[in-house]
Amino acid sequence: MSEIEEIVQGVLAGDRRSIAKAITVIENNPEKARRIIASIYPHTGKAHVIGVTGPGGSGKSTLIEKIIREYRRRGKTVGVVAVDPTSPFTGGAFLGDRIRMQELSVDEGVFIRSMATRNYLGGIARATKDAVKVLDASGRDVVIVETVGAGQSEVEIIKVAQTIVVVFAPGLGDEIQAIKAGVMEIGDIFVVNKADRENVDKSVMDIRAMLQLSNKEQAWTPPVLKTIALTGDGVAKLIEKIEEHRRFLEREAGREKAREKAETELVEAIKEKVASLMIEELEKEGEFESYLQKILRREIDPMSAAEKILKKKLGGC
Amino acid sequence: MFDKEELNRIIKERERWEKTTLPKWVSRRPERKSEFKNLSEIPIKRVYTPEDIKDMDYTRDLGFPGEYPFTRGLHATMYRGRLWTMRQFSGYGTAEQTNQRFKYLLKEGETGLSIAFDYPTIRGYDSDHPTAKGEVGVCGVAVSSLKDMEVLFDGIPLDKVTTSMTINGPAAMLLAMYIAVGDKQGVPREKLGGTTQNDMLKEFFAQKLIIFPPKPSVKLVTDIIEYCAKNLPKWNPISISGYHIREAGANAVQELAFTLYDGITYVESCLERGMKVDEFAPRLSFFFSAHNDFFEEIAKFRAARRLWAKIMRERFHAKNPRSWWMRMHVQTAGFTLTAQQPLNNIIRVTIQALAAVLGGTQSLHTNSFDEALALPSEQAVRIALRTQQIIAHESGIANTIDPLGGSYYVEALTNEMEEKAMDYIQKLDDMGGAIPAIEKGFFQKEIADSAYKYQKEIDEKERIIVGVNEYKIEEKYPIEILRIDPKVEEEQVARLQKLRRERDNRKVKEALEKLHYEAEKDVNLMPTIIEAVKSYATLGEICDVLRDVYGEYRELIVI
Amino acid sequence: MHGERKIRVLIAKPGLDSHDRGAKIVARALRDAGMEVIYTGLRQTPEQIVETALQEDVDVIGLSILSGAHNTLFPRIMELLKQKGLTDVLVVAGGIIPDEDVPELEKLGIKGFFGPGTPTDKIVQFIFENAPKRS
Repeated sequence: MSEIEEIVQGVLAGDRRSIAKAITVIENNPEKARRIIASIYPHTGKAHVIGVTGPGGSGKSTLIEKIIREYRRRGKTVGVVAVDPTSPFTGGAFLGDRIRMQELSVDEGVFIRSMATRNYLGGIARATKDAVKVLDASGRDVVIVETVGAGQSEVEIIKVAQTIVVVFAPGLGDEIQAIKAGVMEIGDIFVVNKADRENVDKSVMDIRAMLQLSNKEQAWTPPVLKTIALTGDGVAKLIEKIEEHRRFLEREAGREKAREKAETELVEAIKEKVASLMIEELEKEGEFESYLQKILRREIDPMSAAEKILKKKLGGC
Repeated sequence: MFDKEELNRIIKERERWEKTTLPKWVSRRPERKSEFKNLSEIPIKRVYTPEDIKDMDYTRDLGFPGEYPFTRGLHATMYRGRLWTMRQFSGYGTAEQTNQRFKYLLKEGETGLSIAFDYPTIRGYDSDHPTAKGEVGVCGVAVSSLKDMEVLFDGIPLDKVTTSMTINGPAAMLLAMYIAVGDKQGVPREKLGGTTQNDMLKEFFAQKLIIFPPKPSVKLVTDIIEYCAKNLPKWNPISISGYHIREAGANAVQELAFTLYDGITYVESCLERGMKVDEFAPRLSFFFSAHNDFFEEIAKFRAARRLWAKIMRERFHAKNPRSWWMRMHVQTAGFTLTAQQPLNNIIRVTIQALAAVLGGTQSLHTNSFDEALALPSEQAVRIALRTQQIIAHESGIANTIDPLGGSYYVEALTNEMEEKAMDYIQKLDDMGGAIPAIEKGFFQKEIADSAYKYQKEIDEKERIIVGVNEYKIEEKYPIEILRIDPKVEEEQVARLQKLRRERDNRKVKEALEKLHYEAEKDVNLMPTIIEAVKSYATLGEICDVLRDVYGEYRELIVI
Repeated sequence: MHGERKIRVLIAKPGLDSHDRGAKIVARALRDAGMEVIYTGLRQTPEQIVETALQEDVDVIGLSILSGAHNTLFPRIMELLKQKGLTDVLVVAGGIIPDEDVPELEKLGIKGFFGPGTPTDKIVQFIFENAPKRS
């Protein structure tokens, strides 16, 4: 059996070491990763994928810990992919999200993996998707994806999820303002954590108001919940809502959303494949460099260059 | 402090010197660095003159020892009256062993006992908890129940000693056990003297020995302060500690500012309870580190005293002069001890101890030179104590009060440290207080940055540490390593399990249920905790009840 | 266009002591050297450390301990690593570990010891040179 086959067999059997190795391959070797994903793909699509995002200081990691515990109490197995940014200056990363979940690391029913955003070919969003597929194929009932903050790339990452939970804390008003653009549209459930603090009701109202602003006619109205992650208050209710959303997807929008997701994935895969093929070929012929020079000399703009290249390549086919 | 004319003359002279004498020397003998800085990043000038303290007012800013603002010392006679207390903190092994050592110390004339607890106790776990394995009695004594406390003080009348307990998270439970032992001995509570460290805020960002979240932690601290103010008038309920903040990597200004801010937070919490400031403020005490930069440390101690006096008088309107006092204990900085050429540490400790004494401390612990290698040996402990005795009796430093007062450099530095600390205090006020700052990771980030910077400077040899990055030798320093007999753990666990079998378990259950009920209300928990320890509920059981109510807290990690 | 293989390091603190100044400085230095650093936080059991190393598929584990319990905890960690088949992971240790304890710990497979006063670049370099080369 080849190394890849061995990993695939292991993943499908739920072997933890194989899951870990598979994700390492995804992080480091796109070619092998593609082979792994191709083999496990038929076994995916069973897990419910939950995205959890929100500003730093919202108590997200602690909340996730409690969500995992609640799912475990209900007999579900859980996988977590926690994404942290790579430093653009050093290329290193500090992966600290699992600190608050460490006690769970010895639970056989839980698998937690940290990933750095790096400078991936295909983007971190793709790598996250693939890691989720590995956990899905390994038989996890629930897979949670965590990102910090809510910039453009976090939003891209979190879109892998079927149910997106956005977490705030009272008194982070400014942060809510700053990030609403990104996450208000994608959130399926909103949570105000640290609900034992002052101003919690004001935060809830603020969020409701913002949701109404971006009001589209929707079949699903995102609820705004209160939790205290430290003590676990409100977590069971949150799980109920997540489950409700899952049933909603299955019932109504599910097929459409799944189709939409598949479509996006296919389009992105084609884009990536075509681009790398083209670039590879151009590089072989040294043309890439010559176009680059022309663009630098302002003789041609990048879009026209791309058009020219395509015309030439496709015309020649 | 100088009249205008004289000051102008000095300034003219300085300008002349800079134009004539100085350039000749600089060209002949260039300075070693382009910029000299102390550990708080304060640039240090070539020479200090009256110009640097021109805005200073002697009576306003310095005054006389024993009077506001106490810059020169808390007492009018200082060490001419009584030397500082030489309090050496130590402890390990079983309650019996510690009891034996206490008795020995008492026979030798010491009256101040000091208890270090092992890690399971500090974290609120019993000795038979799974995580306690290998740690029982290692870095201190294990106390899991009143039974252990009874053994610890067997044959020691509590009205004849004072006891300092280095305990924070479970301070309420251990103080309750101490009170219970006193009750059994028939010692009136007003005669119990000693200190509990009981400073939880610094745990969240410096020492990180945490059980409960910040809010209930501060509540328990306040319970103790309130209870002591009413029942234990001779007890110091809290020792607000900068030592651990410094050890975690803070610089001197950060140590000063963050410690005082913790103090402010506790005072505010007591006031919110409805206590009057003069009821509890006189019993607040402080604990600082003495690090390597000699003058910076002296300035830090002087600035701390002055700033605290101002805060208590101006911010909290305390009327009783004792409320303005900052009584301090100082320990030499453990972090500065090197594993390389360990005997050099004796010199470091001496310099640090000198700074503490010149800074006017009330009490001092000097570290043993071998502590970077293992638990200290007997010989090293003795040298550490002798260091203090030599300073006290041979150096002549104790003969006059605040001998560096009036030094242009020390006064300028004292002013500057105070100003920089006030900037931090302002910033923290703006953030909404210590707890929001902890939750945002503000302290943690400040400390981590300073620690990293300090290490980088050593790595890059911008900072020379003798024997570590310069003047190195090949060596093998023979040390005797104190090993804790694994029997300590076995015996301790056996005693605990025997207790669980033999106590009245129905009474324990009732006491714990009552605690659970009370903890959910907003009442002072000390009386209920005392009842619980008297029923022989264990430390772990009591903490579990509170963990259930308050939740358990993991520190926020900022790198 | 492929990113080079990143070294993944787990910095772990077994034992109940809370002296994390050194561990955090090392974590930061490794990150600044371009590694991906997972820090466990304080007071980890051997089981948690090994399970984390497995899930995160790290190349290196750095253990930091100052409580004196290394002779109890390190053998357990090395045993668990063996049980889980994580035999190619480089294990290094820092903190207060008396010289006379080092040979025993080396026999267990711990490769580098970095006591107080070690410059961080020495640790970085050691890891670059000794981390397992994996494809």
